[in-house]
Amino acid sequence: MKLVLLTSFIVLLSCPCFSQIDSTLLRQAPANSSDTLLNMDAVYNRPFLSIGRLPVSLGGYVEANWQHLGTDGVTEGHQFQMRRFTLFVASTIYDRLKFLSEVEFEDGTKEINIEFAALDMEFHPLLNMRGGIILNPIGAFNQNHDGPKWEFIDRPISSTQMLPATWSNVGFGIYGKQSKQDFMFAYEAYLTNGFNDKIINNSEGRTSLSAAKENEERFEENFNGLPLVTLKAAVSHSKVAEIGLSYMGGVYNKFEEDGLLLNKKYRVDVFAVDMNTVIKITGTYINTEFALIHVEIPPTYSQQYGSRQYGGFLDIVQPFYKKPILGFNESILNISCRLEYVDWNMARFKETNTNIANHVYAIVPSISWRISSETVLRLNYRYQWQADLLGNPYSKTAGFQAGFSSYF
Amino acid sequence: MKKILTIVLLLSLSIHSCTKLQPKPPKDEEILDGPVEGLSYEEQVQFLKGDIAFNDDIFTVETGLGPLFVSTSCGSCHAGDGKGHPFTTLTRFGQHDSTGNKFLHLGGPQLQNRAIPGYIPEQIPSGATYSKIIPPANTGLGYLEAVTDADILALADPDDINGDGISGRPNWTIPATYLDIPVNSISNNGKYIGRFGKKAAAFNLLHQTVLAYNQDMGITSIYEPYDTYDQLEKDPEVGNQTIHDVVFYLQTLKTPRQRNTDNENVEEGKRLFIQSDCAKCHIPELKTGYSKIEALSFKTFHPYTDMLLHDMGEGLDDGYTEGSALSSEWRTPALWGMGLSKNSQGGTYYLLHDGRATSIHQAIMLHGGEATSSRNKYSSLSIEQRNQIEKFLESL
Ligand code: HEC
Ligand code: HEC
Repeated sequence: MKLVLLTSFIVLLSCPCFSQIDSTLLRQAPANSSDTLLNMDAVYNRPFLSIGRLPVSLGGYVEANWQHLGTDGVTEGHQFQMRRFTLFVASTIYDRLKFLSEVEFEDGTKEINIEFAALDMEFHPLLNMRGGIILNPIGAFNQNHDGPKWEFIDRPISSTQMLPATWSNVGFGIYGKQSKQDFMFAYEAYLTNGFNDKIINNSEGRTSLSAAKENEERFEENFNGLPLVTLKAAVSHSKVAEIGLSYMGGVYNKFEEDGLLLNKKYRVDVFAVDMNTVIKITGTYINTEFALIHVEIPPTYSQQYGSRQYGGFLDIVQPFYKKPILGFNESILNISCRLEYVDWNMARFKETNTNIANHVYAIVPSISWRISSETVLRLNYRYQWQADLLGNPYSKTAGFQAGFSSYF
Repeated sequence: MKKILTIVLLLSLSIHSCTKLQPKPPKDEEILDGPVEGLSYEEQVQFLKGDIAFNDDIFTVETGLGPLFVSTSCGSCHAGDGKGHPFTTLTRFGQHDSTGNKFLHLGGPQLQNRAIPGYIPEQIPSGATYSKIIPPANTGLGYLEAVTDADILALADPDDINGDGISGRPNWTIPATYLDIPVNSISNNGKYIGRFGKKAAAFNLLHQTVLAYNQDMGITSIYEPYDTYDQLEKDPEVGNQTIHDVVFYLQTLKTPRQRNTDNENVEEGKRLFIQSDCAKCHIPELKTGYSKIEALSFKTFHPYTDMLLHDMGEGLDDGYTEGSALSSEWRTPALWGMGLSKNSQGGTYYLLHDGRATSIHQAIMLHGGEATSSRNKYSSLSIEQRNQIEKFLESL
């Protein structure tokens, strides 16, 4: 499947008509920046390029950076990284019938993923159907993860290592939205393939929802035949904020195969809240997301694998210079800070009744230059404290990162 | 334009100062992990490989974990190569007398109290006695392995001929068939000196390592091919090279370095430690014989152990025997690294074989048996003097 898609991309890109095209035929449709957009609109709210009257529009983004990080005095030195190269192909097949796909190459070609490939049908603004490979709307980051939208080079720890962003699955569902004066309400509900037992059977030595991505077969086969339910409701007020509440849950283990019962069913349930707003007077942008995970762990397992995890991030972005720089007329300079926290194991040791530490904190100040709404140059400094299970002295990581992220 | 310059300046500053704004390495004497000095390039490479296998190889069902197990990696129980925590203890069961473990067919000697999903972990069979044991630090083990049998026997006094009430003896064990017996080993009716583990039941670091893979994680090897779940022979789940790398890593972990040596209290504490006869079991200085690893050959080092078993009295008697070690007998633990123990035990001391003592003072006061008169000497010291002993032990 991956291969078919890849080849079709390559064919598309290398198509001779592409190289001979008269650039005046290329229409760049910038991302919509209206207030009424929600996180759920992020997949379509991207700059696309249409070619003449070809019904397909193309887009994508790229992220690369340099970093020099050290952990407790040991550094891997200068690292140059090509984190992501992502291609979008969208097409309006028919009025109210759209298709969009997103293929991502991570760290060169180490990971190639179809992040999104879904068909959307609108029956009514309050009733749309979506099917294919979808992004489960848990929290906001998963749906709204494009690099150029963020002031930070690293994705939040809570969204990548705790929640498995980007977390996409094959499935179907419905969504809709409605506005009333300054309010906008939206909902999403999907049934998709689910998690698998990598959650507790992984090489990270802790409960890890993101380890479920290691299962290569998950786009083809549902691990245990039960759907993963994802629900989200969001409200936004154009002058106040957008707030989202989401839930995702299902059984993650293989309890039955070939009609034989193998085990009890063990569930994973995730609750998330997200919020974003712009403080009008100062222009400060605030974006936050927190999630609580509950995983049923077999009683025969080690407490090393926690049954509850909690974490999130808070981004504060302050534009401080909005004037043309070097002829880039839309330039904005931002100063920002991200605070992050994840507790991988919210419990106490049975043996000593003391806290199981296993948590991480980070603070990431940043300066970024938004050359245009689609391109950002970022300089981050990261300081991170990681506690092991027993709560021994923190392992500290810190250093600089600099790079760019841009739609194309 | 100025802004641009500022940004360019900031960028180049950050590249320039990249290491300055990074966390400083802990001082060498503040941590336990790290190789001994004087390893060749090849040896450093092998040390690194062993380090990765020890700390980063976390086993999963696919890579052989279980079905019965206690933990999923060596490093999870031996954090930073320091002492462990009550959460990482092992439980061994058997019986009171030393006629050999009667519970091997019921999963003995070690309890695997955890299981992969769908399996039921072991329970201590009725009638069995058991001991809980907390992980010791893994530092300097290569030196202890390289002490000659003759030197260890010279410290032993099984019949207490010198009449000081202290009668250390080695745990005479029958080495597993896959173990090479070094040429200068001394045998006692076909039995050889055990060195590792709380009761000195493991012959050498290879023995300890393959048993740990097998018993602690359910990982079979060519050496220990029987699965703890069904006692059936299985394909190796860890390769020989990895095992040898881990053994090499353990052999070449550095010895802890003493700190604050010129502090008066520390000096006085050491004097009192010797005066109270602690040093009769916790021998301050030992030397290695020949070792294939040059950095370990013919070296003097300061472990504060005699590697011998001592009867520690009723209080520390759990009723569990191992090899020829009686239920009240424990191998004198090395005291080096004592002051750094808390950094791997979550900020609290858990001392003695099962971690029951949460302070150095408690650990000493729980000494009995052969150590009774030494403990009495300690308890008759003034509080200040006892604190000096503690200061000394914390400097180790
Ligand atoms: C479940 C926790 C646990 C795991 C996992 C574990 N150990 Fe241990 N380790 C212990 C305990 C407890 C002891 C004390 C054993 C004894 O007294 O026999 C010990 C003892 C040792 C010793 C002897 C130290 C001494 O001073 O006598 C060595 C060496 C060692 N372990 C290495 C390893 C290696 C290598 C692995 C991985 C293959 C490993 N351990 C995995 C808990 C663990
Ligand atoms: C007869 C030999 C003997 C004498 C004498 C002796 N010890 Fe010990 N010591 C041991 C043994 C054996 C253990 C381990 C007991 C156990 O694990 O239950 C031990 C344990 C300890 C521990 C805890 C170490 C650990 O890692 O958990 C400390 C601290 C200690 N001894 C200090 C002292 C001091 C101080 C003295 C002198 C007052 C002393 N010992 C005298 C044999 C002795």
